[in-house]
Amino acid sequence: MNQQTPQSRRVGLFVTCLVDLFRPSIGFASVKLLEDAGYTVDVPMAQTCCGQPAYNSGDREDTIAIARKTIETFEDYDYIVAPSGSCAGMLKKHYPALFKDGDWAERAKAFSAKVYELTSFLTDVAGVDHVDVVHPGSVTYHDSCSGLRELGIREQPRKLLRSVGGLEIKEMPESDVCCGFGGTFCVKYPDISNRIVEDKTDSIRQSGAKTLLAGDLGCLMNMAGKLQRQGSDVEVRHVAEVLAGMCDTPAIGRRKD
Amino acid sequence: MEIRSPAFKENARAALDDPQLRHALEHVKSGFIVKRAMAAEALPEFEKLRDSSKAIKDETLANLDKYLEAYETKVTESGGHVHWAESAADARDIILKICQSVGARTVTKGKSMISEEIELNDFLEGNGVQPVETDLGEYIIQLRGEHPSHIIAPAVHLARSQVEADFRRVHTHLPVDRDLTEPVTLLSEARKVLRAKYFQADVGITGANFLVAETGTSVIVTNEGNGDLTQILPKVHIVLASIEKIVPTLSDLSQVLRVLARSATGQDMSVYTTLSTGPRRAGDPDGPEQYHVVLLDNGRSSMIGTEFQEMLRCIRCGACMNHCPVYHAVGGHTYGWVYPGPMGSVLTPSLIGVDKAGHLPNASTFCGRCEAVCPVRIPLPKMMRHWREREFSRRLNPATQRYGLKAWAFFARRPRLYRLATSIGIPVLSLFGGRGRFKSLPLAGGWTRHRDMPAPEGRTFMQEWKQREAQKQGARI
Amino acid sequence: MSGREAILNRLRVALREGKDDATREQAVQARIAAAPRGVVPMRGRLPDDDRVTLFCAMAQKVSATVERVGSSANVPGAVAAYLRQRNLPARVRMGADARLGAMPWNTEPSLEIDSGRAQDEDLAGVSHAIAGIAETGTVVLHSGQDNPTTVNFLPEHHLVVVRAKDIVGDLETVFDQVRQTFGKGHMPRTLNFITGPSRSADIEQTLLLGAHGPRALHVIVVDGD
Repeated sequence: MNQQTPQSRRVGLFVTCLVDLFRPSIGFASVKLLEDAGYTVDVPMAQTCCGQPAYNSGDREDTIAIARKTIETFEDYDYIVAPSGSCAGMLKKHYPALFKDGDWAERAKAFSAKVYELTSFLTDVAGVDHVDVVHPGSVTYHDSCSGLRELGIREQPRKLLRSVGGLEIKEMPESDVCCGFGGTFCVKYPDISNRIVEDKTDSIRQSGAKTLLAGDLGCLMNMAGKLQRQGSDVEVRHVAEVLAGMCDTPAIGRRKD
Repeated sequence: MEIRSPAFKENARAALDDPQLRHALEHVKSGFIVKRAMAAEALPEFEKLRDSSKAIKDETLANLDKYLEAYETKVTESGGHVHWAESAADARDIILKICQSVGARTVTKGKSMISEEIELNDFLEGNGVQPVETDLGEYIIQLRGEHPSHIIAPAVHLARSQVEADFRRVHTHLPVDRDLTEPVTLLSEARKVLRAKYFQADVGITGANFLVAETGTSVIVTNEGNGDLTQILPKVHIVLASIEKIVPTLSDLSQVLRVLARSATGQDMSVYTTLSTGPRRAGDPDGPEQYHVVLLDNGRSSMIGTEFQEMLRCIRCGACMNHCPVYHAVGGHTYGWVYPGPMGSVLTPSLIGVDKAGHLPNASTFCGRCEAVCPVRIPLPKMMRHWREREFSRRLNPATQRYGLKAWAFFARRPRLYRLATSIGIPVLSLFGGRGRFKSLPLAGGWTRHRDMPAPEGRTFMQEWKQREAQKQGARI
Repeated sequence: MSGREAILNRLRVALREGKDDATREQAVQARIAAAPRGVVPMRGRLPDDDRVTLFCAMAQKVSATVERVGSSANVPGAVAAYLRQRNLPARVRMGADARLGAMPWNTEPSLEIDSGRAQDEDLAGVSHAIAGIAETGTVVLHSGQDNPTTVNFLPEHHLVVVRAKDIVGDLETVFDQVRQTFGKGHMPRTLNFITGPSRSADIEQTLLLGAHGPRALHVIVVDGD
């Protein structure tokens, strides 16, 4: 059994390309949550993207090349954690399917067994059942598709959110329905994507919550962009920001006045 | 039917702009989903039955040639005839010949998506045989000269007022002052009109939900009873079924029946599940004198042994489209051919070619809800991705997309270059996003047409992290 | 090459990988012969009385009406009463089924009985089921010399008699009985599983009873005999 202390367990943080480029705060919030749980966190500089844009566009060759790079970069860590259900799903569920057999198949399998999405890692692996932070107000939680259906993440973020001081969860109707982001889908089929996200922002409004949370920045940017275009004052944040008590940065799509 | 799949985007635009359609699609969203969930919840063995059904279909497909031969033997033993049709044209010819052999003028039809696939109605009409659809939804669609927009609810895109207008236009022999404002009065009228047709018909054509190899039996499942009146009143019953409808035994049939209705409409069992074996027996007071089965291939056998074989497990329940956000947004006609929704997005390229149906497997967010509810666990997103791979390797997708992707991948494969490019580009982009977001952005018109684009916070995470680590190091020294 | 050979050949070539033809043929024949049972829901596995109660409840849930009578001798009276209560003419269509024929119809002298296949104008039909299925509230009927299938579909009101002792838990049990009655691999021309009266939701997803088949399904469960 696991005889090591958490401190001796090293987590490689897979930052995700969107967090790296658009919202570093989520990365720092993730680091804080993991360190608070007692893990040593490292961020290897050789990471780029999980490869989904290529994978979902049918470009298998580039996907495999990117997957190999990612595996090489991360396979020595005890755990690989990503603040995204979608990227974690790619690393955990899809990488092993890219390699038929042989050495790489073995490496991909061993690698994927150590991959987790952030909130599920905290509750299911690290055994975290509460966070010592306060976030007064109501939030609603959108279940991003890959996290929900590929990794079974639903209760984990809510469990942690319920431990946040002053926070009230107001569920929206159909929180498990896609927001219409879909990676390249939203730019390839913008009109359809728009109808889907309109339905989503309707649901968000129906919840009456002040803040919208989710575990995937892609979905969050899509929903935040729509809410702001509609003139809504709902704040949009990644769940890690609230759990880490790091909400001093402006919400997604907002600037300090 | 005319293939309109290449115009998917234009079809979608028109559908999104249609308020009546939007209203109609609300019925799909609210009704089917809740009913399926309740039915699944009420049966503790439901998930196991899904596994069992998947395994049965896999076993059948792995030995499809053998099961088809076994099935054929039993049909012949029971006095029926099996006809093999490689193509849509073969199937049409076989059916027309049977109709002509009994001098048929009118043919009643139970709902069959295969019949849509082979464009049977136009063909029969062109050859002097009048086909009459008897499923209420399908009848309405036929009056309108349309095609089904859903595989189990063909007229789900219509409002009652549209049906009323069609009935008034076509049923001119009925009193003009009759009340047709409610679904119940519309149904009564259709019942009356179609009753007469059942008795007039010389041939009845039905589809089949399943074919049982153990007994040579065809199985149809309906709620209206139209499939039964179609097959027991005329002299001839023709079953039109595709080759993958086989299940080995009656025991297997029990399994798939339990997941079919629950997944489709949330019923434990559809009202009429009818097992038909051969023509009427000596002394029987009713039933058809001839029983024919037309087994259609039309490209399916070429899917066996490929990455698309699993698609042939499909039992046509419609759950995938009922749960699809894209289907909810655009409706079934947008897909431009017979099979809409996720199952169509995988099957259609197999049957009409990915060059024509290329949009279909692309127009998915990969949200995975279809796979999550599929009673036979078809990995629909995975198979749509396989189609994208085929398109990509055949260079069928637009050049701009390909070059954009290749340029991005060039950097994603080279971490150092990627770091360099993003550490320059992102802070610049952030600088322009002074209000925290962009109302419009070059090259991102698809995004900013409908929503704002959140601007980057400032520097990249990697830049910030490096700095933090350097400071830590410095503090330690 | 015929269509048949072309299709089968393509399948054979695609499926040959791994196992040879003869092995597959044997496996398929063995599976058809054994007809292994899959997952059978616990729902229907109940003591006799509870099973009949579940059957009645499930049938009512799908809008059938159900009544229980103590013996087959009560059936003619129940049929006549059903018609009277709904202001229907005292007239039914009925096949020459021996089980129905043995009932004392002379106790209802005003009831007219038409035999043979059903006609378009028939308002009520009476059939005898071979079984009821508790898990879904389904009645099972088959065609035959004395059992016209048209009686199940043409009349507006379909009255089905089923003996309580013929009510089984699940579909599999019915199929076992059919295999016993007709021989393994053999079937009656038509085997109808009927679960409630005819319905359609094709117009605006509004559920309506009485689409093409009977508007009403009345099940008479005979407890005695």
